[in-house]
Amino acid sequence: MIQFDNFELDNGLKVIVHQDNSTPMAVVNVLYNVGAKDEDPHKTGFAHLFEHLMFGGSIHIPIYDEPLQRAGGENNAYTTNDLTNYYCQIPAENIETAFWLESDRMLSLAFSEKSLEVQRKVVCEEFKEHYINKPYGDAWHKMRTLAYTNHPYRWMTIGASLEHVEQAKMQDVKEFFFKFYRPNNAILVVTGNVTTEQVKQLAEKWFGPISAGDAYERNLPMEPVQQKSRFQDVRADVPLDMLMMTWHMGGRLDENYHATDLMTDVIGGGATSRLYEQLIKVKQIFSSIDCYHFGTIDPGLVVIEGKLVKGITMSVAEKAVLDEIELIKNTMMPTHEVQKVINKTESLICFEDMSIMNRAHSLAYYELLGDAGLMNQELEKYQKVTPELIQQTAQQIFQDTNRNTLYYYSKS
Amino acid sequence: MALDRQMAPVIKDAIDFDIKLKPYQHFVLDNQVEVYTYEGGAEPVMLMDMVFFAGNSYEDKNWVAAATNFLLKNGTTKKSAFEINEAFEFYGAHLSRNCYNETATIALHCLTKYFKEVIPVVSELISEANFPEKELQIYQQNLIQRLSLNLKKSDFIANRFIDEYLFGIDHPYGKYAMQEDYKNVTLADLTAFYDTYYKHGKCIIFMAGKFPSDMQELLNKHIGQLPLNKKVIADVTHPIVSAAQKQYSVVNDASSVQGSIRIARHFPNRHHPDFAPTQVLNNIFGGFFGSRLMRNIREDKGYTYGIHSYIQNHVQQCAWMISTDAGKDVCKPTIEEVYKEMKILREELVSEDELKLVKNYVLGGLLGDLDGPFQIIARWKSYILNDLTDAYFYNTIDVVKSIQPEQLKSLAEQYLKPEDFYELVVY
Repeated sequence: MIQFDNFELDNGLKVIVHQDNSTPMAVVNVLYNVGAKDEDPHKTGFAHLFEHLMFGGSIHIPIYDEPLQRAGGENNAYTTNDLTNYYCQIPAENIETAFWLESDRMLSLAFSEKSLEVQRKVVCEEFKEHYINKPYGDAWHKMRTLAYTNHPYRWMTIGASLEHVEQAKMQDVKEFFFKFYRPNNAILVVTGNVTTEQVKQLAEKWFGPISAGDAYERNLPMEPVQQKSRFQDVRADVPLDMLMMTWHMGGRLDENYHATDLMTDVIGGGATSRLYEQLIKVKQIFSSIDCYHFGTIDPGLVVIEGKLVKGITMSVAEKAVLDEIELIKNTMMPTHEVQKVINKTESLICFEDMSIMNRAHSLAYYELLGDAGLMNQELEKYQKVTPELIQQTAQQIFQDTNRNTLYYYSKS
Repeated sequence: MALDRQMAPVIKDAIDFDIKLKPYQHFVLDNQVEVYTYEGGAEPVMLMDMVFFAGNSYEDKNWVAAATNFLLKNGTTKKSAFEINEAFEFYGAHLSRNCYNETATIALHCLTKYFKEVIPVVSELISEANFPEKELQIYQQNLIQRLSLNLKKSDFIANRFIDEYLFGIDHPYGKYAMQEDYKNVTLADLTAFYDTYYKHGKCIIFMAGKFPSDMQELLNKHIGQLPLNKKVIADVTHPIVSAAQKQYSVVNDASSVQGSIRIARHFPNRHHPDFAPTQVLNNIFGGFFGSRLMRNIREDKGYTYGIHSYIQNHVQQCAWMISTDAGKDVCKPTIEEVYKEMKILREELVSEDELKLVKNYVLGGLLGDLDGPFQIIARWKSYILNDLTDAYFYNTIDVVKSIQPEQLKSLAEQYLKPEDFYELVVY
């Protein structure tokens, strides 16, 4: 059970405080309710590029990192399709430094041309390192465009193409900032050796004077229900054939979310999963195979991806996977198998909650979903999942018309 | 009063923090296996990290140590691989294993309430593993496939080659496995290695987290009666044979858009008096986000997504490494800038201001690194395995607090000479 207090400033900034006196540290986490899904389809990769620019100096402070490091702190950030999250960990005695830095860059960036120019290049190198100069680096790009025809999940956070990043203009940067980086579109979480009173006072002092922006009305194009199975062939200079399949699933607040999560774990989460045991060990069709899901706020994808053992054909591999799927749909899962994945999840949650950093991330995320208190209800929701519910969920998701398949062939 | 946002809030300098390494508890099992524990944390979870002296320094044939470590979880006289995994996973426990140069580990992460259910299985793995032939064959097949994939990656190749240049292909720190090595390992190799270095091997245990009240009895019952620590493991030494040639350029993939750059030199181990002060110099040079390499090559020039320098953590002999992946057309200027930064450190004193920032950053980071029971035991583990005590910890802090620009400059003059470095680019 993670205890917390919450309050809201007049400008709409939501604040959550979780006190833990066993640590000398504190974490200051600022989540902005903007992700790659909020981008203009012609200017993709922008939320992530923007995350880089947030370290290029703010209106009163030329370099973000330096004063933080001087105060013994460390920081980082990440961008997903749904959100952008910034966090720093700092000795609790120096926590005001984090408030000063975070509030100044919420107030306004410096909008330095030099920073934009350099970070465009840095992000292009990041793009190359992870998505071009890497075997199968483009697989997700292709799969997303295959599976999503309408919803902005069809591009990756890094962007749909290098050109979009290369063409980013200062005017775009400014518009993006004043649209999304406003206190009423953000959640501040402070965890560690702090008191709620202290956080209240610091939040009022540093974030209070920042004016609210126009409320952001998210109005994303929804993905229509897929009507028939889609396929795509890829041939590339990779050593092994790869099979990747996805099926549309519900969003994060869907009533079957927890059943879906447990279902993917049974199918392909680790060494006792169905796919691992049957297709790697017994039948030796794949050399690696996993099943997982996006866990995105809007409806995501269930994924199965694996590399084929040399000499096995794609159709044999595909059939083997589909046979396992049929089993899940047509046979009730033994109770102990469900109990196993519930126990794994309980353990995962406990290990995750060990650090004040993860607790801060989770509180911010659940608050974004609507209520930080959801964090404390997760385990119970998993414990309520039954074999029947998993079977129903499987039948719902694993329909052939709902499937997208990428056959990624080795040229050699 | 208007808020002055130009003015930084007052900070307490991390050099004024009183940083303490909390002590461990220690006991010895009936079979003389030493157990180091640190109990703490709010969550009902724990870690048991068993260290065996079974690293690749002890193998006569390439890859035997790593394969034994991996496959000891894939079958015992009583259980199949699946049943073993199930025995852990049903309780949400996770058993990982890792093979290093001197040591190899078997680490159990579990919920405190299920420790008693899973500890018997750990015991079984280190006393009754039987290495089924089929498991070895599947593992070989899958590793050969994974290798073919990794050999496409320039960073994978670069990491292998730079270690080979530094230490030699026959040294545990320099060697790596190729397809033939995977194929050549036999069940007899695994069984023999297992018998000597696990079943009758030397073991030390590190534990942290929340313990069940009968933890010590459980440990003694399941681990304390095994035939461990009976024989002395003979010391092994491997001569370091460094490459004569210093500069390399390798084309692995002609269509590559980036080059993986590695620049490295030998460096003494932690017992050398220069080790601690050089960590400070390394931080200034390329050890964190605000380092000179990062500010110059990423933040000013945008040649790379990241560039780092670090001292490799070896027991016998370390290496000081600079590592980055840079755009193909800017690899050459990237390397030039690295040497330029070395030159500046050799010729100019670091300013008091920059030094103070780095000191605060290092000490603040240390405070964060010691936050939590797993972190504390990990620190102790590294000291104990390197024959160090907490004196090393406090000495390091003293060094960081007191080091002066002159000393950093003289370390740079001694260790940051381009002619001592191996240099490699893999495209």
